[in-house]
Amino acid sequence: MNPANPANAASSNDPMGSGHWPENPAFTLSRERGDLLVLTHIYTATLVLGIGALFGVLQGFSRANWIVMPDWFDYYRMLTAHGVLMALVFTTFFITGLLTYATYRSIPRVRSTRLNWTGYCIMLFGTAMTALTILSGNATVLYTFYAPLKASPFFYFGATLLVAGTWFVAADIIANVVWFKKHNSKVLIPLPAFVSVCTMIMWIIATLGVTAEMLILIPWSLGWTSGVDVSLTRMLFWYFGHPLVYFWIMGAYVIWYLVVPTAFGGSVFSDALTRLAFISLLLLSTPVGLHHEYLDPGIASGWKFLHTVLTFGVVIPSFMTAFAIFATFEIAARKNGVTGFWNIVRWLPWRDPAFAGPALGMILFIFGGFGGIVNNSYSMDVLVHNTMWIVGHFHITVGGPVALTFVGAAYRLVPSLARRQLFAPKLALWSVYMWFVGMAVMSFSMHWAGLLGAPRRTSDVSYFGAAGAATWHGQMIGAALGGTLIAIAVLFFVIVATGTYFTNKRTEDNPALAFAPVDAAAGGTPPVLDKLGRWAALAVVLAILAYVGPVSEQLSAHAYLAPGMRTW
Amino acid sequence: MHIHRYEKIWLTFGMCILAMFIAVLSIAAIGEGFVPPSNVQTIDPTKVASTPPFDHPGLRKVGDHAYEAYYVAHIFSFDPATITIPAGSRVTFYVTSTDVEHGFSIPATGVNTMVTPGWVSSVAHTFRDPGTFLLVCNEFCGIAHQTMAAKVVVR
Repeated sequence: MNPANPANAASSNDPMGSGHWPENPAFTLSRERGDLLVLTHIYTATLVLGIGALFGVLQGFSRANWIVMPDWFDYYRMLTAHGVLMALVFTTFFITGLLTYATYRSIPRVRSTRLNWTGYCIMLFGTAMTALTILSGNATVLYTFYAPLKASPFFYFGATLLVAGTWFVAADIIANVVWFKKHNSKVLIPLPAFVSVCTMIMWIIATLGVTAEMLILIPWSLGWTSGVDVSLTRMLFWYFGHPLVYFWIMGAYVIWYLVVPTAFGGSVFSDALTRLAFISLLLLSTPVGLHHEYLDPGIASGWKFLHTVLTFGVVIPSFMTAFAIFATFEIAARKNGVTGFWNIVRWLPWRDPAFAGPALGMILFIFGGFGGIVNNSYSMDVLVHNTMWIVGHFHITVGGPVALTFVGAAYRLVPSLARRQLFAPKLALWSVYMWFVGMAVMSFSMHWAGLLGAPRRTSDVSYFGAAGAATWHGQMIGAALGGTLIAIAVLFFVIVATGTYFTNKRTEDNPALAFAPVDAAAGGTPPVLDKLGRWAALAVVLAILAYVGPVSEQLSAHAYLAPGMRTW
Repeated sequence: MHIHRYEKIWLTFGMCILAMFIAVLSIAAIGEGFVPPSNVQTIDPTKVASTPPFDHPGLRKVGDHAYEAYYVAHIFSFDPATITIPAGSRVTFYVTSTDVEHGFSIPATGVNTMVTPGWVSSVAHTFRDPGTFLLVCNEFCGIAHQTMAAKVVVR
């Protein structure tokens, strides 16, 4: 016998199951507080995205040889800022906000937001410390901060605080789910809260790696230790670095599974399969990091192959998600009497930026998946490693699908949280389409340059006119043009998001962003899929199994302990 | 838990693709030796200048059309800056760093490896056609990283 699903039990116009809960003035008040909290997370992400995009487009111009960055704000300093702000700050603030929202909405209760606000403040303080250290030129180590490049201790402190702050948010989300389970032991965790807590458990397991790395780097940067094992710090970084990628993807999946269907009156394809997809990502996120180190000396090829196999496991949740999303489209279209592939495509709400953003992102993600297969293909990685191909790949994954999904969702979330009408909806629509076109052009150019061997992380690829380098210039111009379109799209997004708050008046007829109801026809969910404790334990076991060999080999090699260097 | 028949077919298709990818890579790795550069050999970066063969970086002929090339990578250059080999030569590169992390890549060939201080990286390639190949550092190593390059001349 399956436990009842609150999303099923509730009426269709009340998908959150809040019908179980009596109207309570204290709850209304806490919802207001919760809205302000989430809005602050989302606006922080918005602002960071704007700054990051400016740095990004200047990088494109530099590589196209249109400009040369001045010594007081050199290319690599800007590249570090762009990477840290986009990969670590923008995504993290958006996801902590989104998951908080999903948890609060699906578990209605009188609650304190203090723990979450504490987390937010620590994240913000850490971000400010890291960003100022980078901008002052004392941490030009790129977002991977590979030792023995040695940044100012403030860089490492700030980044650690950013991570530590997210743990407070995670603790708040977990505490809400634990509260729910305590009061509803026979009921499944509501799906939006389930996917949130699943993502956060994955994040906690992953961030233990980078925290361990920081425990090595901080004393070293303070001069308390004389050297660090470079390979070990790289391994710890990538133990975290790949799950970081899945953290973004899981954030986007939350929206694809639970928010996108609301744009056309659809429902979640299957409660059970959604849970299974998130559990698969929880299990398969960490034990795969060595695929970023295929070309590293000092790691035996057998360990690398083990991680190749485990990485390919992501095929399963990817295929499940692709099926579920397209099934959601088709089922909703058929309910409206629309059949046939092109009719369904035309029927979808392409003029709604909250749909178009994620949907265009899905198109880009197909190509991101193709490229990812190449990157993970062990020996084939030699052809693309550290070339522009990789830059093209992560822009067409995080910079396209994930960011476009977040932007699209923000066009629902911000009006809902600020209780205002969306400002300049046409501009919002322009932003997602321009972004899509810009990203397609930029990423295609980058992939192409990479296949021709153009290195990444390099301010100028002309190499004094060397013969091999001449073939890369055209692609760099393509990338700069695409990047310009994206930067304008980001500017439009920032205008719409902030304009919504500052120019429009508060209105109560703006409904809260709802999550899609679960399709009742899909059948029950096995209770085992709701037991997150065991899945988390299994994820830890898998991570240990995948890393115990390479880490112990690393330690027993007694590698040289490198002193820090400042080469910028 | 009900899984739609189409989804079962779709996931089976996914699993088959997965098995095929792994099979192809396994056959290439075991049968043909296509393995990413994974040399496990330590070195003291402070003593590179006195550790043979890196005390004399450069090209060694080890057989008919077979060479070994020993490179020292340091900010912001490679030593040797140029090597010249006849077309058809198989060169095994050995590279180590005396300071930070570097990359060692000859675009448009299969030569690509990270260079980590404390380790010796190794990668081999057969240069069939004559030409001048650019050798670049493809990992950020410092402010003049974009100038860190060398040449491989194939005659």
